[in-house]
Amino acid sequence: MLYYTLKRLGLAGLVALTVSFISFGLLYISSDPAIAMAGETASDADIEAIRQLYGFDRPILVQYFDWLQRAMSGDLGKSYYFRTDVSALIAERLSTTMTLGVSAITFAIVLSVPLGVAAAIRPNSLIDRIALFLSVMGQALPSFWFALMLIVFLSVSLRLLPTSGSDTWQHFIMPTIVLGYYAAPAIMRLTRTGMLEVLSADYIRTARAKGLRPRVVLFKHALRNAVIPVVSLTAVQFGFMLGGSIVVETIFALHGAGFLAWESITRNDLPTVQGLILVFSLFYIVLTFFADLLNAWLDPRIRIN
Amino acid sequence: MSNRVLDVENLTVDIPLATGILHAVDGVNLHVDRGETLCIVGESGCGKSLTSLALMDLLPTKAVRKIEKLELSGTSILGYSEREMSDVRGNKMGMIFQEPMTSLNPAFTIGNQMIETLLRHRNLSNDAARDLAKLMLEKVGITAAEQRLGQYPHQLSGGLRQRVMIAMTLLCEPELIIADEPTTALDVTIQAQILLLLKELQNEFDMGLVLITHDLGVVARIATRVAVMYAGQIVEEGTAKQIFENPLHPYTRGLMRCIPVPGKTKRGAPLGSIPGMVPSLIGDFTGCRFADRCELTSDICRQSDVSLRDPNVKAQAYRCIHGIEMLAKGEVA
Repeated sequence: MLYYTLKRLGLAGLVALTVSFISFGLLYISSDPAIAMAGETASDADIEAIRQLYGFDRPILVQYFDWLQRAMSGDLGKSYYFRTDVSALIAERLSTTMTLGVSAITFAIVLSVPLGVAAAIRPNSLIDRIALFLSVMGQALPSFWFALMLIVFLSVSLRLLPTSGSDTWQHFIMPTIVLGYYAAPAIMRLTRTGMLEVLSADYIRTARAKGLRPRVVLFKHALRNAVIPVVSLTAVQFGFMLGGSIVVETIFALHGAGFLAWESITRNDLPTVQGLILVFSLFYIVLTFFADLLNAWLDPRIRIN
Repeated sequence: MSNRVLDVENLTVDIPLATGILHAVDGVNLHVDRGETLCIVGESGCGKSLTSLALMDLLPTKAVRKIEKLELSGTSILGYSEREMSDVRGNKMGMIFQEPMTSLNPAFTIGNQMIETLLRHRNLSNDAARDLAKLMLEKVGITAAEQRLGQYPHQLSGGLRQRVMIAMTLLCEPELIIADEPTTALDVTIQAQILLLLKELQNEFDMGLVLITHDLGVVARIATRVAVMYAGQIVEEGTAKQIFENPLHPYTRGLMRCIPVPGKTKRGAPLGSIPGMVPSLIGDFTGCRFADRCELTSDICRQSDVSLRDPNVKAQAYRCIHGIEMLAKGEVA
């Protein structure tokens, strides 16, 4: 297990390094950063001065390592638009996004895993049909429309929940439902498929032939093997929620990291975009790493060669 | 108390399909005594495996089992609920499957899977169960048993895994073991070892053993009695000696021609084979099921169903309308 963990950790480190290089390069792919910083009305002399000031005239690898060093100590540069530290800006927005992401993925898991298991136990039963209906709906409903419907119904008509903002936990209920429901179908279908496959496995027949109780067969012998692919999928879904919840954050006026990314892209605020890409990517890497560890714990074939 | 461990009467397994009902097992009677090995032989798809699963009440959900009598050591387990059946499985009757590579759960250690079986049926401490599991592994010839308990199935070879399966099945010392082609997936050298082991353990624990196989070599080594199945029915039944020395049913005779016998089979001469194919078992069927492949077929064979009979009362029953003299005239093995 230790060897496996170290190997995964090494791989994660390499991926992180690659991602950092790409996100650093973004600044140069899009345009000359000195021109972007100086603004539309700047003279050639101004641009040259900025180029020298920020060190854009140095060799690119030198600039990269310099940037990497600063990034590792938490300095991601200054936002062109807000004129504040990008890291502080992201940290502030990230708490909202994390709250939303964690609650949404929890909602998605709690909704989809039990439904997926129930659907697999009795294929083509009523519960299977309901699960299928819910997952088709979740896949087909555009988030923005579902969000608006919830606002109309729960906030405007019933006056149960606040429409927008992020002040109390009640503000997070509707965004959680919308974002979680969007991620649920895939998890539900994968749980159902995995469970169906595992339930027809020879070792399940063995478990029954040993006289084990149905609940032990189901929850010990079957579920453990069925959730292995679900773990990987959930990690990816979670990562996506952190970076891709722009629509939901916009509708509910939750000023999270996704919303900040969208704002910064429209404003050409490259350091912020760069910082966000780096942070989102690192999240993905960390999540994948933990998902791999969890899978190795679940499946000894991964951890013992 | 009688020695009869298993007594089955009129077992039928039907599988409803889109094109009709598949009569997979049709009116099978079986009985096994303590210390006896009953081999069920027949080609693929003849209903051997479904018969064994039906005895454990582990048939696939869509299969329909009908049975008139199912007694385990004199106790009828016919009307048992799933809960009551699960008390019997692994405890009074155990099953060994064909595929040792996939029959153990990859996510749990050998020890875990053995101990859970013991704890399910016996009131033991975890340590006592572990000691018993270790003892049983040693009994099936596994060295370094302590270490094996901590290993996962994928770390073991096929032969070892089948030994583990056997050990696991024996843990609660069942009265009856059903082994469904336990050696088919193994190397030839391992096959003999596993069979020998089964035979030894059967003697030691004085169990009834139902061995399902299509390998007549296996049957010759291990069987007390033999039931030959064809297309869902038992076509001949008798002691191993009777079946091998004096097979009566044309199908059994055909099977015997398929195996080489030292001293009897001529060098270079082709081995026998049974031409034709098993008839479809979907829908109703009248007449002898072997009629299409039999050299003795006449019109009456197809007119009505043939029952299993034992005209000479020698405990060798066969399902053919022809008399013994007529059968004996058929091509001699």
